[in-house]
Amino acid sequence: MTTILSIQNVDKFYGPIDRGVHAVRQLSIDIPKGEIVALLGSSGCGKTSTLRMIAGFEEVSRGAIAIAGRPVHMLAPVKRNVAMAFEGYSLYPPLTVRENIGFALKASRLGKAAVEKKVAEIAGLLEIEDILDRYPSSISGGQQQRASLGRALVRDADLHLLDEPMGQLEPQLRAVLRGRIKHFIKERGLTAILVTHDQTEANALADRIAVMEGGVLQQFDAPQTIKERPANLFTGTFVGEPPMNVFEAFVTGESDGIKLRLPDGLALDYEQGAFARDVRDALLRRQRVVIGIRPYAVRRARDGMPATVSANQWLGDQTHIAADFAGGSLVLVEHDRTRLERGERIGIRIDPQNLHVFDAGSGAAISHGAELA
Amino acid sequence: MEHTSTLERVLRGAALALVVIFFMFPLFWIFMMSFQTNETILRIPPSIVFEPTLSNYAALITGRLETAAGTLEINFLRTLWNSVFLSVTSVAVALLLGVPAAYAFARHKFRGSEDIAFTLLSFRFAPPLLVLLPLTIYFQQLGLSNTYFGLVWVYQLICLPLILWIVRGYFEDISADVEYAYRIAGHSWFATFRKIALPLAGPGIAAAGLLAFIFAWNNFVFALVLASADKQPVTVGALAFVTASGIQYGQIAAAIVLSITPTLALALYAQRYLVEGLSLGAVKG
Repeated sequence: MTTILSIQNVDKFYGPIDRGVHAVRQLSIDIPKGEIVALLGSSGCGKTSTLRMIAGFEEVSRGAIAIAGRPVHMLAPVKRNVAMAFEGYSLYPPLTVRENIGFALKASRLGKAAVEKKVAEIAGLLEIEDILDRYPSSISGGQQQRASLGRALVRDADLHLLDEPMGQLEPQLRAVLRGRIKHFIKERGLTAILVTHDQTEANALADRIAVMEGGVLQQFDAPQTIKERPANLFTGTFVGEPPMNVFEAFVTGESDGIKLRLPDGLALDYEQGAFARDVRDALLRRQRVVIGIRPYAVRRARDGMPATVSANQWLGDQTHIAADFAGGSLVLVEHDRTRLERGERIGIRIDPQNLHVFDAGSGAAISHGAELA
Repeated sequence: MEHTSTLERVLRGAALALVVIFFMFPLFWIFMMSFQTNETILRIPPSIVFEPTLSNYAALITGRLETAAGTLEINFLRTLWNSVFLSVTSVAVALLLGVPAAYAFARHKFRGSEDIAFTLLSFRFAPPLLVLLPLTIYFQQLGLSNTYFGLVWVYQLICLPLILWIVRGYFEDISADVEYAYRIAGHSWFATFRKIALPLAGPGIAAAGLLAFIFAWNNFVFALVLASADKQPVTVGALAFVTASGIQYGQIAAAIVLSITPTLALALYAQRYLVEGLSLGAVKG
């Protein structure tokens, strides 16, 4: 498969190199043709800087970017053959929505009829046919965002960059459009990079997700892998809603197995054979680890470890129960309506196959439940 | 609708009337004076009943001023033309230099950009007299004194900072992403400047240009020192009516009426832009 985008050891500094703000650190990513990639992270994680470097609006401080095999990091945006949808819409105020979308095709020298056809098609996809002749100032934020998205998608570029493309849409429409846009991109074999802080959007649209934090790429994998095998503590806690429960634990090897001691005198006991050999060795080399368990994987059991309910929320389709546990707080999710009073004592069970173990120092993952023997 | 009592409306009306009278009365009085002879103007007590005469305007247009001491040649129309030429040229030059500079200051943060922009603004704080003396000496040595070129150059001290700072505010108000969107669709940055930035900042540029025109037109001291009779604008030219044999109030009034007409018309026509330009651009800075 041909590589459309290749980012090699890219650094971005705002201000002087090596002394300014280090926004992106040693980023390397290869994206093959036809793939949809999401850059996921919180504000200031470097995802938008990365996108703007690809588009050519920010200089690359160090490293190289190639699009379709052509080094572009020294080229002006106009020469990179990329299309972009901007977070702030950035429609041209004096043009109608139709002209705004069609305008992007001017450089491609298509005939008038062909432009009309393309605009109509994209307008249908995004449900903006009724506002095609209105001006940007007279339509809502969500409509402007769809017009801006249409202006990017209508183009026949090597790479489509979408910066928070659906942030302003109503939830229902967003769900519908996600599916349609993904289909549209896949059908035409386009390559797209989308920047988002919404993990649902990343999961729904992307073939692979690049999780970023502090300018560093944390993990670059399929959504499923990121969820099941987070590479480190950051990815583990950042991806997943509600977030993963984490506790510090001390590892002790006993004759009959491995013990993970939690605060408050609690301990998780595992048999020797519960972990694969290399994982067991890795565990036993450490004294302190961080264990993580997803709220969906926490079970209530009469004979489980003691916890005290501190909050109980029915969200309409699931119950989120917060409980004081092992000197910290733990959230568990149940799919039916559970009535538990504040202060009520419950039992908690954590199955080894749902446990994620991270190094206490570096945060790197040591083992995931799936790796249990 | 907010409820306002009759009393409040009356008081508000009275206050507005007071303000209007305060500012408009001098204009009104000068307008009246311009149709009177010196005798009726200086009469005590003053009266608004008089026999109007066009002699003041006639004297200005023919350029011959009859005084008790004889006939004085005054080339008033020439000074009016000088004002028009100097102001228009100065504003044109300032727009040509200032608009691209404003764009650069708004869009690109480079080393010392704020310092340069502020230095340009500081030309507006400095009292003109501070620079006039050295400038006169330089201009004499360079052969620039009493030339249109030299005057237009000095007028940049008035026009350039004004245009630069107002227009910069307007450029900063345009989202940079709109320009990026245009550039990524296959256009150079210069095309983007011309097709996106300039039209969007159009009203601001017009406002800044108008303001600069008015300031240039009203300038007195630069032209007084650096220009002699044939290059003088109307503000300096009006001094000629202070003659050895007395002050020609009627002609001064007529000259003022003629000289404020162009700027007044311009200001009335573009009132909305002017207010916007002054408040928005300048305050943002």
